[in-house]
Amino acid sequence: MGTTLAEKLWQNHVVKKGEDGAPDLLYIDLHMIHEVTSPQAFEGLRLASRTVRRPDLTIATEDHNTPTLDIDKPIADLTSRTQIDTLRANAQEFGIRLHSLGDADQGVVHVVGPQLGLTQPGMTVVCGDSHTSTHGAFGALAFGIGTSEVEHVLATQTLPLKPFKTMAVTVNGTLPEGTTAKDIILAVIAKIGTGGGQGYVLEYRGEAITTLSMEARMTVCNMSIEAGARAGLIAPDETTFAYVEGRPHAPSGKDWDEALAYWRTLVTDDDAVFDAEVVLEASDLEPFATWGTNPGQGLPLSASVPDPAGMVDENERLAAEKALAYMGLTPGTRLKDISVDTVFLGSCTNGRIEDLRAAAAVLKGRTKAEGVRMLVVPGSARVRLQAEAEGLDKVFTEFGAEWRNAGCSMCLGMNPDQLAPEERSASTSNRNFEGRQGKGGRTHLVSPLVAAATAVRGTLSSPADLDKD
Amino acid sequence: MDKFTTHTGVAVPLPRSNVDTDQIIPAVYLKRVTRTGFEDALFAAWRSDPDFVLNKDQYRNGSILVAGPDFGTGSSREHAVWALKDYGFKVVIASRFADIFRGNSGKQGLLTAEVAQGDVELLWKVLEEEPGRTLTVSLEDRTVSCGDVTVPFEIDDYTRWRLMEGLDDIGLTLKDEAAITAFESTREAWRPTTLPAKHLPPVEIESARPSR
Repeated sequence: MGTTLAEKLWQNHVVKKGEDGAPDLLYIDLHMIHEVTSPQAFEGLRLASRTVRRPDLTIATEDHNTPTLDIDKPIADLTSRTQIDTLRANAQEFGIRLHSLGDADQGVVHVVGPQLGLTQPGMTVVCGDSHTSTHGAFGALAFGIGTSEVEHVLATQTLPLKPFKTMAVTVNGTLPEGTTAKDIILAVIAKIGTGGGQGYVLEYRGEAITTLSMEARMTVCNMSIEAGARAGLIAPDETTFAYVEGRPHAPSGKDWDEALAYWRTLVTDDDAVFDAEVVLEASDLEPFATWGTNPGQGLPLSASVPDPAGMVDENERLAAEKALAYMGLTPGTRLKDISVDTVFLGSCTNGRIEDLRAAAAVLKGRTKAEGVRMLVVPGSARVRLQAEAEGLDKVFTEFGAEWRNAGCSMCLGMNPDQLAPEERSASTSNRNFEGRQGKGGRTHLVSPLVAAATAVRGTLSSPADLDKD
Repeated sequence: MDKFTTHTGVAVPLPRSNVDTDQIIPAVYLKRVTRTGFEDALFAAWRSDPDFVLNKDQYRNGSILVAGPDFGTGSSREHAVWALKDYGFKVVIASRFADIFRGNSGKQGLLTAEVAQGDVELLWKVLEEEPGRTLTVSLEDRTVSCGDVTVPFEIDDYTRWRLMEGLDDIGLTLKDEAAITAFESTREAWRPTTLPAKHLPPVEIESARPSR
């Protein structure tokens, strides 16, 4: 029997096979760090008089806490500033490469790694951030870890882990016009649930996946964690190789040929068996939006807010009732009749250049709905530069959106970009949890295209709705 | 890490599913650089509601949380485990846990006891009838007991062993340092390294300004 891609990646990184129920010891090729989940790990190293084993396989960026305005001024929030200063001191002390606020390579950690060419097929990638699954788009085994594990990787460059189960998520056919990678993953999560992926690595397959660009693949893999999965991945192919080639840290010359030969072996064997399989038809998909307070509570934009009374499962019904109360929504309201106060375009899910291009194409020549504010936050400083080179910043500012510096921004309420209580957003980020974008804030997760159309109309909309206006 | 064998304490029912780590500890509390002192941050948003379970006298000293399925989903923040521990929780009982949360708990000596949903509901019923009751959790026997009611829980053998022995993971791994070094000697030369750093040409980044 053949093996799946996830199993191949695992086997290639086993330092020591676990015996008698003990976990395998897995080697980590790339460890990314940010300011929030690392300070206690470095403190642990100091207390135990340990060093960082492989500073040359480690890279740090500042992203979660950083403001997206006035980045040349001292960070106003003192606790945020302390956390950033702590990362800078730790990087200095342990010899770790850091891209600080204001640096051209600063940005959201999951945008920076791929952009530098540090994320490559066949690697194991970890970060103290659950959206590390993003890097699986390259055919890498990439997953989020906690701070104790960050310390473990710093000290040993390994992690003790039990093998993950494997799930094939096949999306057949061609995506309808206006439907994107974000809609695929929201539909997957709605189908298997927020716990459906627990213990699994999801391998996305099928025509609707293999025809996606690298950036769109990153969007899909990014939200694997929202289905509870350990990781998500896509077998590398010509699209992947073309994306990696020529980037600063990509192999070159003879190294490139050797790497490429290895990368071409990174496929699930035809006779491999997955522990679970899920199939979706792309032609059934539509632009999606969430109505509740977990990413599984989503529906096609053409639907209405569901009625909890009709839900058979007791837990699901209670969760829906609580979600609707928090979201201030009534069953039966058409999703397209929900008006928003804020539109957020950005994050490690949808803050890449293609996302900005897609939104700008919708916004160009149109005007923003009265009373709506729109934040456009590039995922990295390089994405911002690229967008400016293409004139996209002008499209956004002429439309009436705010053009910001790079960072996690309004994806999570930990920097100045937040929703006020009961303020409602259409957001291209990844989590609609209670308070995620600010205490009391109400989040609808959507694609960049839906975010843009919503900013034009003021209610949850797809670009197709604009053509009717 | 302290050794864990059994624990008896006040059980707190939290009958909601999908309690994500943003609810366990909102992001604004993640800016601290210490590993302790997060007790005030636990369920911070919900605790502003006087009817929230931890605001009731019978539950203030709770040390066993009995929660709905899919506890600890979302962000990988280990602060969620620290906040539960700092508040005084030793055990979380649920029918399903998010993987990263479960892993973080194991590293920090917080026991995640996986109890079948029917049994969780039975425990909720017992606690509803007599708020403030204590439960006994035996890691040795893998059981949760409350008076006449005893239900089993699942935990993998390795985590159980580590918790019972109070072992530090990094110390265990460093015993295999020779194997790590041997593995490193076999890694392909083309594998990327972050150092020496390679970049596109440096560019001045302009600061965005408030629009008003």
